[in-house]
Amino acid sequence: MIGGAPGGRALSAPIMGRADEPTVFELSSPGRSAWSFRTTGVPEWTAEELVPAAHLRTKPLALPEVSERDLVGHVTRLSARQYSVDLGAYPLGSCTMKYNPKLCDDAAGLAGLAGAHPSAPAALTQGWLELLADLAARLCAVTGMHAATLQPPAGAAGELTGLLLMRAWHRDQGSRRTKVIIPDSAHGTNPASVTLGGYRTVTVPSDTRGCVDVAALRERLDDDVAGIMLTNPNTLGLFEEDIAEIAAAVHDVGGLLYYDGANLNAILGVTRPGDMGFDIVHMNLHKTFAVPHGGGGPGAGPVAVSERLAPYLPGPLPVARDDGTWEWSTPSRSIGRVHSWHGNALALARAYSYILANGGDGLRKVAEAAVLNANWLRHRLRATYDIPYDRPSMHEFVASAATLKHTAGVKALDVAKRLLDEGFHAPTVYFPLIVEEALMIEPTETESPQTMEALAQALERIAASPEGAAAAPRSTPVGRVDEALAARRLIPTWDARPSESAAPE
Amino acid sequence: MGHFVPHTDAEIADMLAFLGLSSTEELFAVVPAALRLAGGLDMAPGLSEADVAAEMGRLAAANAVFPQLVCFAGGGVYDHDVPAATRSLTFRSEFVTAYTPYQPEVAQGVLQVIFEYQTMIARLAGLEVANASLYDGASALVEGVNLAVAASGRPSVWLSRGVNPSWRAVLATFAQGSGHQLVDVPLVDGCTAWPADGQAGAVVVQHPNYLGCLEDLAEARAVADRAGALLVVASDPVSTGLLHSPGVFGADVVVGEGQPFGTPMSFGGPLLGLFACRLAHVRRLPGRLVGQTRDVEGRLAYVTTLRTREQDIRREKASSNVCTNQTLIAVACAIQLSWLGTGGLRELALRCARGARYAREALLAVDGVEPLVPAPVLREFAVRTPLPAATVVERMADEGFLAGIPVPAEYGDGLLVAVTERRTRAEIDQFAAAFEKVVR
Repeated sequence: MIGGAPGGRALSAPIMGRADEPTVFELSSPGRSAWSFRTTGVPEWTAEELVPAAHLRTKPLALPEVSERDLVGHVTRLSARQYSVDLGAYPLGSCTMKYNPKLCDDAAGLAGLAGAHPSAPAALTQGWLELLADLAARLCAVTGMHAATLQPPAGAAGELTGLLLMRAWHRDQGSRRTKVIIPDSAHGTNPASVTLGGYRTVTVPSDTRGCVDVAALRERLDDDVAGIMLTNPNTLGLFEEDIAEIAAAVHDVGGLLYYDGANLNAILGVTRPGDMGFDIVHMNLHKTFAVPHGGGGPGAGPVAVSERLAPYLPGPLPVARDDGTWEWSTPSRSIGRVHSWHGNALALARAYSYILANGGDGLRKVAEAAVLNANWLRHRLRATYDIPYDRPSMHEFVASAATLKHTAGVKALDVAKRLLDEGFHAPTVYFPLIVEEALMIEPTETESPQTMEALAQALERIAASPEGAAAAPRSTPVGRVDEALAARRLIPTWDARPSESAAPE
Repeated sequence: MGHFVPHTDAEIADMLAFLGLSSTEELFAVVPAALRLAGGLDMAPGLSEADVAAEMGRLAAANAVFPQLVCFAGGGVYDHDVPAATRSLTFRSEFVTAYTPYQPEVAQGVLQVIFEYQTMIARLAGLEVANASLYDGASALVEGVNLAVAASGRPSVWLSRGVNPSWRAVLATFAQGSGHQLVDVPLVDGCTAWPADGQAGAVVVQHPNYLGCLEDLAEARAVADRAGALLVVASDPVSTGLLHSPGVFGADVVVGEGQPFGTPMSFGGPLLGLFACRLAHVRRLPGRLVGQTRDVEGRLAYVTTLRTREQDIRREKASSNVCTNQTLIAVACAIQLSWLGTGGLRELALRCARGARYAREALLAVDGVEPLVPAPVLREFAVRTPLPAATVVERMADEGFLAGIPVPAEYGDGLLVAVTERRTRAEIDQFAAAFEKVVR
């Protein structure tokens, strides 16, 4: 190798045969660089002239030294080792990964949106204020609520915001409540948010139909209950038909109802949380509307509330003046800020453009097609997989590999890995926790009947020929990954020495 | 009609027939009639792609941005250049349209970039571990304080007023739930004046601080030791190209805002919360962590690890509720830091400091403009203006400049001005000339 430098190679190895892609640190070659800066004409004072010596770094900060060509090659090769929605179907139940229209990317890239500093006076950002105000109004229309904050940058942040709203409202009623009720099928973020909101979690079991056991709920209701967190349809993809009764029972003890909007896509234009009696609603814009998930984010988690809770919303909020212009205003009893600025604004712009494109009629179509696909696939798979709650579902359903495990030793995880070899992303596995060997499948509305058919056939092939499942996947950039080893010998950075001390709990 | 549902009418009819249904309405039979939305959503019908683009273009045009408005505002969000390579690579759809890497065998691309990101952030901080990102600097601060309070077992938090006021506001909001006791520690001459004694769980300082001043981190470490607290440092990551990393002074947790590395100002979001800590605290690390491992055939591979910390497994016992994070923005950050490299990051920090020095001297030459604080500065500085700062910002907009941020009253009436590598000498000279005109 010339000069012993490892950087600068341009080979397609990682795609053409399972070779490793070196880290960018291994590609680094001392003295190589990609950066360039504009000519400014600003005087070129030295570091010593600018900063007191005690603060100045004495050793250079070690970052990769690569050419732009090295960098582009490296990241592009890595991108070829990554499954994504644009590549294929992603039936990840509870997470809702669907195709996001490209027009939303264009909207978020507009210089007039992306180039705005968030501290600019309202007079200079009227377009942004109008966009945010209209988005909030439309989200209220979809949820049947009175007012909304767009600040929470993710669904879980929305949950915590909602719980703090609950806390502030009870405080103003002169009541210090300590408990929040959560179904045993709930997302893990719910109990974690309850704890961070300063409450204790009380779990209510599901009944044999997969819905909240209303009798068990009544046993748990008392004057110490601040509220209940529910999603409807619930985490099994089933509609809580007793929701009116649940709402009345919780309200009777002075509690509030919190709607986890993870599954809002199932009911767009069909029914609204506000009509069901909910007081607080968060929405995951990346699930229900259009914000691609970016490998884990950014998302956006706006919170909408009923009229009595509106004075508590985080602020500032955009409000209209009499002359039709917009200004910022903070609600009178606001719990305070939950984000540095106005939330994940560009994600909000994506969602807004998606709502404009769909309109009221299009959003209803989204729910119809999502529910149709899920029911079709559930019906189709009932001969091959266990369907623990085999009744009409909404946008997703839970299958189980329990029988397959007992008869052929194939676990839900094996099914997931085999599905990768079939060219599909796997469903969510081992969630919800109340279903053994759970496979949680959400086809979404953007997958065609042909894709549904191919997915069903792939799942049938896996069940029909279970041998060798433990060795899957074989056609992916790496084989089955040793997750236990990663936890046992923790290597969290390229600099780390493997540490056995980080043994699992 | 929705543009994005692929089904034909004939296909829908076939699928319904397979289910024994005769209409899509019957799909929703499980929704009680009293709850059905009669007449659909109160919302106009959908628009064509071209009509949406026109409407979004109208809204975008109603905001003043560069070159109509030259930005001298910072306060946590800065007007840096985003190079073509960063933009192009970040927005590859393989990264943009991937989900959380739950199936590592088909997510090695994102996982490896995040592993590289974690390594670079740990080096910037001078600590051993960094997570896979949080929502913004404010959320990173909240999580850093949560970690420190849990690790020290003390709910009292000594919070320097030099920490970004908007981040402190977020911390105060979430303290309503966590019950942390926030103790406001004032600035004297631009730097934190710590209490002489007492006990605390977390000592929190920003460096350089909100007014741009360099804090004494060695003193902050000593204060934390006396108080029995962990030291949480909010660090401007750009400054670490020139300044010692906070880890050098013994910081336990380093948080920061990563937006300067490859992300436009975006009206303040999405941003990128940076979070690093000592290895000893890895069990309390919030959010995702990627680790290196092997596959069954012994090849190097990457995976999210120590998942037992996280909300999806630990539920109410989790140290954090973070699930969705800012992975795509972290990808941009990793690409941008690689593009900069060792020399580029130093040069970036140096250019910011030079621009700030030049602009500060130019403004202080204007009659009636005085320093708000005397301490040394890096890339941001505060001045006292002859007119209220909000008025100055308003009038400067007519001259084509976003002059800065009027600081909250707790700092005295002043204007916070930021200068990045984007600002030319000509822009700064014009800025100072306009300043002279509007404050006269």
